[in-house]
Amino acid sequence: MRIARHLLVLVLGLCGVLFAAQAGAQGLTVQIVNGVPSAIPVTVVPFGQQGSGPAAPVDVAQIVGMDLNRCGKFRTLPASEIVQSPTTGSEIQFATWQQLKQDYIVVGTTAYSGGVLSAHYQLWDVNKQQMLLQNTVSMQGSDLRRVAHQIADQIYQKIIGVRGAFDTRIAYITMVGLGDKANYSLVVADSDGYNPQTVVQSHEALLSPTWSPNGQEIAYVSFERGNSAIYIQNIATGARRLVSDRNGINGAPRFSPDGKKLALSLSFQGNPEIYVMDLGSGALTRLTHNLAIDTEPSWTPDGQNIIFTSDRSGKPQLYEIPASGGVPQRLTFQGQYNADVAVDYDGNKLAMVQGNGNVYRIAVMDRSTGGQETFVSPGNLDSSPSWAPNASMLLYAADEGPNGVLYAVSADGRVRQRLVLSDGDVREPAWGPYRNP
Amino acid sequence: MNATVRVSVIALFCLTAAACAQKQAVKPAPVEAPTATAPATTSGAFTPADLATNPCLRTRVVYFDFDKSDIKSQFSDIVACHAKYLRDRPMARMTIEGNTDERGTREYNLGLGERRGNALASALEADGASASQIKVVSYGEERPVCREHNEDCWKQNRRDNIVYTAE
Repeated sequence: MRIARHLLVLVLGLCGVLFAAQAGAQGLTVQIVNGVPSAIPVTVVPFGQQGSGPAAPVDVAQIVGMDLNRCGKFRTLPASEIVQSPTTGSEIQFATWQQLKQDYIVVGTTAYSGGVLSAHYQLWDVNKQQMLLQNTVSMQGSDLRRVAHQIADQIYQKIIGVRGAFDTRIAYITMVGLGDKANYSLVVADSDGYNPQTVVQSHEALLSPTWSPNGQEIAYVSFERGNSAIYIQNIATGARRLVSDRNGINGAPRFSPDGKKLALSLSFQGNPEIYVMDLGSGALTRLTHNLAIDTEPSWTPDGQNIIFTSDRSGKPQLYEIPASGGVPQRLTFQGQYNADVAVDYDGNKLAMVQGNGNVYRIAVMDRSTGGQETFVSPGNLDSSPSWAPNASMLLYAADEGPNGVLYAVSADGRVRQRLVLSDGDVREPAWGPYRNP
Repeated sequence: MNATVRVSVIALFCLTAAACAQKQAVKPAPVEAPTATAPATTSGAFTPADLATNPCLRTRVVYFDFDKSDIKSQFSDIVACHAKYLRDRPMARMTIEGNTDERGTREYNLGLGERRGNALASALEADGASASQIKVVSYGEERPVCREHNEDCWKQNRRDNIVYTAE
C-alpha cells in the first residue's frame, strides 16, 4: 500500500494531469487527477502498533489520508516529509509540525487480533497544541477499511462541521464484451472504489441503479426479459422482486426519502410519464399527462416534490411537480439540454447533465443563489451525476476512448479522482446513503 | 511511474440473474436506403420465403436524424414492403427495436428509442398493417452497432431494427 503515498505526493504538484490506465486483468484503478494547494494542511502520521500481535492488514493512516485528500478540503503531508513518528499526543513535538505549516495532526495506534482491527486515534490542533478529538474504532471481517473511513468521517466532521461521507458505498454498472458476448454487472463498492462486489450479472443491459434510503436495497432496470423491467434487490441477501414489467418502458426508478414509494417512468399508457408507486400496495399514481417524454424523476429531500426531465418544450429540460400531483414548473433555462437531475441533501443544489451541441457536462445549479450554474466536469460525454450524502462530492461517468470511467469530483469541481475498471466500460454511478457505524 | 492502487474486482457469477434472453443478432446494414424497389402493388402475396430473398424485405433497418423520430422519405419503400408482408400474412408478428446514439441520458434515450419505434409502427399501420402484429421495444442507447464517438458511428446507431417473431 506504500505506492499510494507516492500518489499523495503527486496530488500536490500535478493539476489536471491524467495517468494512463494500466491494461490487463480486471481491476479498479483509483487515481487523483488534480488537487487544491489551498486546502487545509493536515498530517496523518503512520499509526503505531499496539502489543505484539500480527500487523494490521490495512494501513489505517494511509486510508484516512487518502479520504481527506480526495474530498478537496484537505491536503495531507507527503510521507517523505513526515519526519517524526508520534503515536500519541504526548509524543508530538509541535514546533516541528508548525514549521511544516500543518494546521492539524492525527496520531494513533492499531491492534489486530482474532480478525478484529481496532484503531485508537487523536486529532490535535497544531497551533493551539490542543486535542480536539480522540476515539477508538473497531471492525472485523471484510469491513477493516471502514475503520479508516469512520476515522476520516469523524475528523471531517470535527474540522468542517458537517458529517463525513467516506464510510459510504457506491453502486455502478459495468459492461465487458460486445454484442452477444456482453456481460453487464451491477457492482457495489466502498466510496473509494475498494471492495467491489457484483450483486447482479446479466447478458442483457442493466441500468439506472438507485439506493433505498436505508442502504439495504437497490432498484434498477434490467432487460433480461427482452424489455425493460424494474427490480428491487436486497444487497446482502440477493433476494429481489419484480416491481414493474408493464408494456413499453419501465425506467428511472427512485426511492422516496421515506423509502415507502418509488417514482418511475412508464410508457404503458402510450408514452413515458412520471408515476409514483406505493411500494406497500403496488398502487400507481400518475403525475404527468402529455405527449412528451417525461422521465428521470428525483425526489426533493422533504418528499414533497419531484424533479424530472421532459421534452415538452422541444428539448429535454428539468421540471418540478408536487409529488401528489399538480402543474409542473420548468426549472432550467440555461443550456440546450438538461436532464438526469441529482438533488443534494438539502435540496439546494441540483446537479444535471447539460448538453450544448455535442458537449455534455455536469452542471450544478444552486437554487439558494437564484439558480446560478457552474460546471464541475470538463466533458465531452459526461453523465449520471450523483451526490455524496453530505454533498461534499459528486460522482459522474465520463467517456474516455472506447470505455466509460467514473470520476469523483469535489462539489466545487476543483479536485477530481478517477475510478477506472481497466477491462470494460464503467457507467451510471450512484452514491449510497450514510451507513450506520 | 504509475501512481495507481489496484484492487481486484471479484467477478462473482450470479447465475440466477444471468437470464436467457432471445437475442437477435444485429447485422450491419447499409446506412443509405437500398435502391431495390418493393413489389408493393404489382406481384402476388408475400410468402415467408420472400423474407430471405426479397431485397426490400431483407432490409430491416430504418435510420433517423439526431433527436428526431420521423420516418424519412428514403425509407418509404421499406415501410411499404414490410406493411404489405404484414397485410399478406395476418399471422406474422414483428418487433420493432428502437435505438439511439449515445448522446444524451440513458433514460431519456429509452424514451427517444420508443418514439422511433412507434413512428415506424404508425407508418406500417398507415399502410394497412394491424397494430396487433407489431410490438415496439426500446433499447435506447444500450445496443449500439458502432462504438466510436463520432457522427459516422452515431448515424448507424440511430435506428429501428425490424425483427420478425412469427413469419
